[in-house]
Amino acid sequence: MTPFTPAQYATCLGGIVWREALRFLHQRERFVSALVRPLVWLFIFAAGFRSVLGVSIIPPYDTYVLYEVYITPGLMAMIQLFNGMQSSLSMVYDREMGNMRTLLVSPFPRWFLLGSKLFAGVAVSVLQVYAYLIVAYFWEIEPPTKWGYLTVLPALALSGLMLGALGMLLSSLIKQLENFAGVMNFVIFPMFFASSALYPLWRVKESGPWLYYFCALNPFTHAVELIRFAFYQQVSWESLGAVALYTSLFLFAALRAYDPAKGLLTRKGG
Amino acid sequence: MTDAPALCVTKLSHAYGARKALDDVSFSLERGSFAVLLGLNGAGKSTLFSLVTGLYSAGGGRVRIFGFDIAKQPGEALRRLGVVFQARTLDLELSVTQNLAYHAALHGIGPSEGKRLAREALERAGLNERAGDKARDLSGGQMRRVEIARALLHKPSLLLLDEPTVGLDIKARADILAHVRSLVAQENLAVLWTTHLIDEVEPGDKVVVLHLGKMLANGTAAEIVSAQGVETIGAAFEKLTAEAKP
Repeated sequence: MTPFTPAQYATCLGGIVWREALRFLHQRERFVSALVRPLVWLFIFAAGFRSVLGVSIIPPYDTYVLYEVYITPGLMAMIQLFNGMQSSLSMVYDREMGNMRTLLVSPFPRWFLLGSKLFAGVAVSVLQVYAYLIVAYFWEIEPPTKWGYLTVLPALALSGLMLGALGMLLSSLIKQLENFAGVMNFVIFPMFFASSALYPLWRVKESGPWLYYFCALNPFTHAVELIRFAFYQQVSWESLGAVALYTSLFLFAALRAYDPAKGLLTRKGG
Repeated sequence: MTDAPALCVTKLSHAYGARKALDDVSFSLERGSFAVLLGLNGAGKSTLFSLVTGLYSAGGGRVRIFGFDIAKQPGEALRRLGVVFQARTLDLELSVTQNLAYHAALHGIGPSEGKRLAREALERAGLNERAGDKARDLSGGQMRRVEIARALLHKPSLLLLDEPTVGLDIKARADILAHVRSLVAQENLAVLWTTHLIDEVEPGDKVVVLHLGKMLANGTAAEIVSAQGVETIGAAFEKLTAEAKP
């Protein structure tokens, strides 16, 4: 039999993205909560803290900014963080329910199947971020020029990929659905709070150097900064490098975990 | 490869940590034949299934599907293979046709051709009037039929079914079994049917008896019955498993 053609690869990718999109549309609560969560932070948390937390002039901002403006990139990354974890949750669910097997018995290479699933998740997360940005626009939170909406796209794609790959890696490590609550406590919360999403890192440095180092190493910090700079049509090379590095690391580990020969699945008997 | 059997399992072993789940299992399945993999829960049937479908690699031994080694040429092997898993794997929120179209895409079959094949497959399964319904609204038996139709969508020559009748009522069970047997007779499909339900075995079927990871018998049901000097395959199974040491 002849090998698959590029058109067949595209068909397979299209099918996986289409299914992910359909599932997302069918789970309306998921869409609503994905949108409401950052808006709660924006409208309530940020409004409450704007007078308490002053933000000095730090790049990429060239003037004092409102706290709402400061935390917006963090909230964009938060949408992607939750989405990545949600995909990971659905992968564990799929594995328990057997849907993951349906995917993995496809004759396409496994790296391609998992990559397509990841791509589908990133596409959904980027759409969620833009939905949030539309609401934020009416709250007068927008990039300095409209080009910012375009330049932030590659940053969102890369950070979405990094968080999706992390989710995929976690999904291979989690044995059962019930263990997922642990992910909330040990992954989502520390990653979000020990990052530059809610406060600049120089403020953290004042509290203690160790926490600062932890925050500076946190992949989520770099996702936030990459998005923050891209939204202002700038590149944070340090964050770009860090996000690229973490993405390859998580991808490599996730693909290895799902590799039939070396995989962790083997040891579970599931 | 032209004469290679549909499925050839050679000295297959696998362990989860220290626990041996499969120990030196070998058997083959000819093209266009129906074979039953018979064993109680925990016999190693699901492990064998996972190894044959390439979900993970065997600790030792080989699996070949029409001559293609699942470890070395998984793409070629999986193209010829249709699988019905024990757990329900339909997307409940999606319609029956959408489920089938997704499967078609996973085999590189485009949307229009996928829809045509889905229509054909549903017609064969007698379910075309349910094509637009959500999978959630189907009965257990209908879901199984859709899963079988889906597994056959890309026209494989070997179909694996892992305990496909578990949880179904007597009529649905009989219907599914008759449906699959008719596919073997009419379309030269090779089928490996995994079950712990002895009454699903017919005297002419090839039977592989698996118990605690070891293969206890391999032959037609009639041969196994006569070798054990008993009357029925049920009695033969009981005798074999009673003699086997854990």
